[in-house]
Amino acid sequence: MIRTILLVLLLIAVAGTGYWGYTENQEKNAIRIQAENNYQRAFHDLNFQMDALHDKIGQTLAMSSQKQLSPALAQVWRLTNEAHTNVGQLPLALMPFNKTEEFLSKVGEFSYRVAVRDLEKKPLSDQETETLKTLYKNSNEIQNELRKTESIAQEKDLRWLDVEMELAKSDNPKKSTIVDGFKTVDQSMTGYSDVNFGPEVSNRAKMKGRDLRHLEGKMLTKEEAKQRAVDFFDLTKNRKITVKESGKGAKYKAYSLTIYNPETKGTTYMDITKKGGYPIWVLYDREVAAAKISLNDAMKQAEIFLKDHMHGPMEMTSSNQYDNIGVFTYARVQHGIRIYPEIVTLKVALDNGDIMGYEGMEFLLSHRDREKPVFKLSQEQARKTLSPKLKVMETHKALIRNDINEEVYCYEFIGVLGDETYQIFVDANEGDEEQVKKLKEAEPDYSAM
Amino acid sequence: MKNKWKYIKYSAAAIMLCAGIFSVSAKDKAHAFSPQVIQKGATGDDVIELQSRLQHLSFYTGPIDGVFGWRTYWALRNFQYEFGLPIDGLAGQTTKNKLVKATKFDKQWVEKQIQSGNKFTTYGGVAKEKQVKQKKGAPAKKGAAPAPKKARTEIKPARNIPDGYSQNDINLMSNAVYGEARGEPYIGQVAVAAVIINRVEDAAFPNTVSGVIFEPGAFTAVADGQIYLTPNKQAKKAVMDALNGWDPTGEALYYFNPDTATSNWIWGRPQIKKIGKHIYTN
Repeated sequence: MIRTILLVLLLIAVAGTGYWGYTENQEKNAIRIQAENNYQRAFHDLNFQMDALHDKIGQTLAMSSQKQLSPALAQVWRLTNEAHTNVGQLPLALMPFNKTEEFLSKVGEFSYRVAVRDLEKKPLSDQETETLKTLYKNSNEIQNELRKTESIAQEKDLRWLDVEMELAKSDNPKKSTIVDGFKTVDQSMTGYSDVNFGPEVSNRAKMKGRDLRHLEGKMLTKEEAKQRAVDFFDLTKNRKITVKESGKGAKYKAYSLTIYNPETKGTTYMDITKKGGYPIWVLYDREVAAAKISLNDAMKQAEIFLKDHMHGPMEMTSSNQYDNIGVFTYARVQHGIRIYPEIVTLKVALDNGDIMGYEGMEFLLSHRDREKPVFKLSQEQARKTLSPKLKVMETHKALIRNDINEEVYCYEFIGVLGDETYQIFVDANEGDEEQVKKLKEAEPDYSAM
Repeated sequence: MKNKWKYIKYSAAAIMLCAGIFSVSAKDKAHAFSPQVIQKGATGDDVIELQSRLQHLSFYTGPIDGVFGWRTYWALRNFQYEFGLPIDGLAGQTTKNKLVKATKFDKQWVEKQIQSGNKFTTYGGVAKEKQVKQKKGAPAKKGAAPAPKKARTEIKPARNIPDGYSQNDINLMSNAVYGEARGEPYIGQVAVAAVIINRVEDAAFPNTVSGVIFEPGAFTAVADGQIYLTPNKQAKKAVMDALNGWDPTGEALYYFNPDTATSNWIWGRPQIKKIGKHIYTN
């Protein structure tokens, strides 16, 4: 009797477990299929967009009328953008697929620049036509390789989830058609990495090749670097300082210092350039108590620091309070002109006014002595180019880097239109609007609403 | 309260005669600004008072959110212009005294509105009841008992956000930093946040914070769900530093943990430096 009952119970248990396992498995499969579908959509979309991109670039080559060229190039720009987004959604992050992504964004940049230009006044140059031809050929190769990959994947019923698993395990996945296909695409891009996109696109990319070789001074040893830090912070002797040199892959040679203060139990981190020993950035890490001093007092602390460590006058361009921290940005001023590329950022604790951080990378990169420039237009003339609806509140002379990374002397206007405040830079020689920025207001705290 | 206004009425004539600092009666001071000079970018109770008072005279038409933004700045400058003060956009002692003298500010009422999340204004000459829009779903009870007094009322209706980013970007990045590097020293957390920003700005990566973070396979914390842990304050602090421009990595685009990295490819990248457990590469 007991045996029978036990047997029945056991059977029920087994059946129950089986059913539970079955539903779990069903759910897991459903989720896997959903993930796979997302990858498939991104992949097929990418293929479609590369097809369309190739066709569109081809069309622009055949166009003679400038009127049609602008919209066609705008389409190219849109397609590269979409393709770029879809590449970002495929599980290829740990695979060298960067060349292709970079290619896409450069083509996008190029087509955008040309599309928004007044082609009636400044038609496509021979150089640019040549670039378009190369791009056409180039996109054809990507398209072919991707199509091949797509058709094989469909034929053999390949799954992106398997690719993802393989990629996660090692970077040398066993024969995977999809991965191989993408690798071929990327390799074919290497040969074309020096397509001439013209100064507008390559200037932008130049920002990446930042180096600090122009700095004056001799190469510092580790000991000298330590000494610089001691001088910089006026340190007493019982601090522990460690110095590490930057690795071979660094864009610029620097020493990273860690300074531990046993009294405050705070740690200061700092990078200084190997050449000349200029501080690149400083961050002081300690607990900051509730704000006791005002943002204004903190600003005074920041200005004392600047007086001690920077040469020449600087002007505050922004101040912000983040809870118990004040952050200030200063631009150097020369000949009464705000040099916006030469900015430093300072962070001040609002509990006691300590300098919590300094950031001067941009300053080191762009700092040089500048000759007094000529402003062809007067302030009134520049002002006339502004929208009449804008009520100008403040005006400065400024040097900015425009969106193609060239330095331009401008008049800076800060004005109000409706409830919003705008910052507008007008080229002081040509009278073009170089930059229009809507200045941000605070965001409400949604979590408190 | 009533006593106070009576007192003011009687002493009004006297106040008119006095100038500047001395005009503020001892009782009035209890409801007026703290002695700080309020400047653009500041946040807190003094800013709420500043905005309320400026709105009382219709100089300020924006929301009373406790953040000294551009609208408050222009309102203050207009006030200074109209009242013949030096126009510097700073609320110093003289400016504050003029404001206190010219306007009314009901601190308790304003704080109550903010705490209950109501939309409200403080224009002068308009009945208070007409200036409140109850938050949806909140009980529209009039004359409700005042909230029990807290030791220190902390009102943070809004925040400053670094240029080009939103509060939600900051939250998402904090989640990523916490999931990726919660065992790292502070500088290592700033570094992870800086890598995210470097990727957003790089042509070879997606152009948005969310695009970079959720790129499949890009971050282990995203793959294993640790990104959904609740980040602590330090992670948020690290993100704010990175957004304000600090980049301890030397403009790195990748990092890996040498103890667990299986990929040969990542070892082949040009290495910049090691921070905490992570090696940062180009």
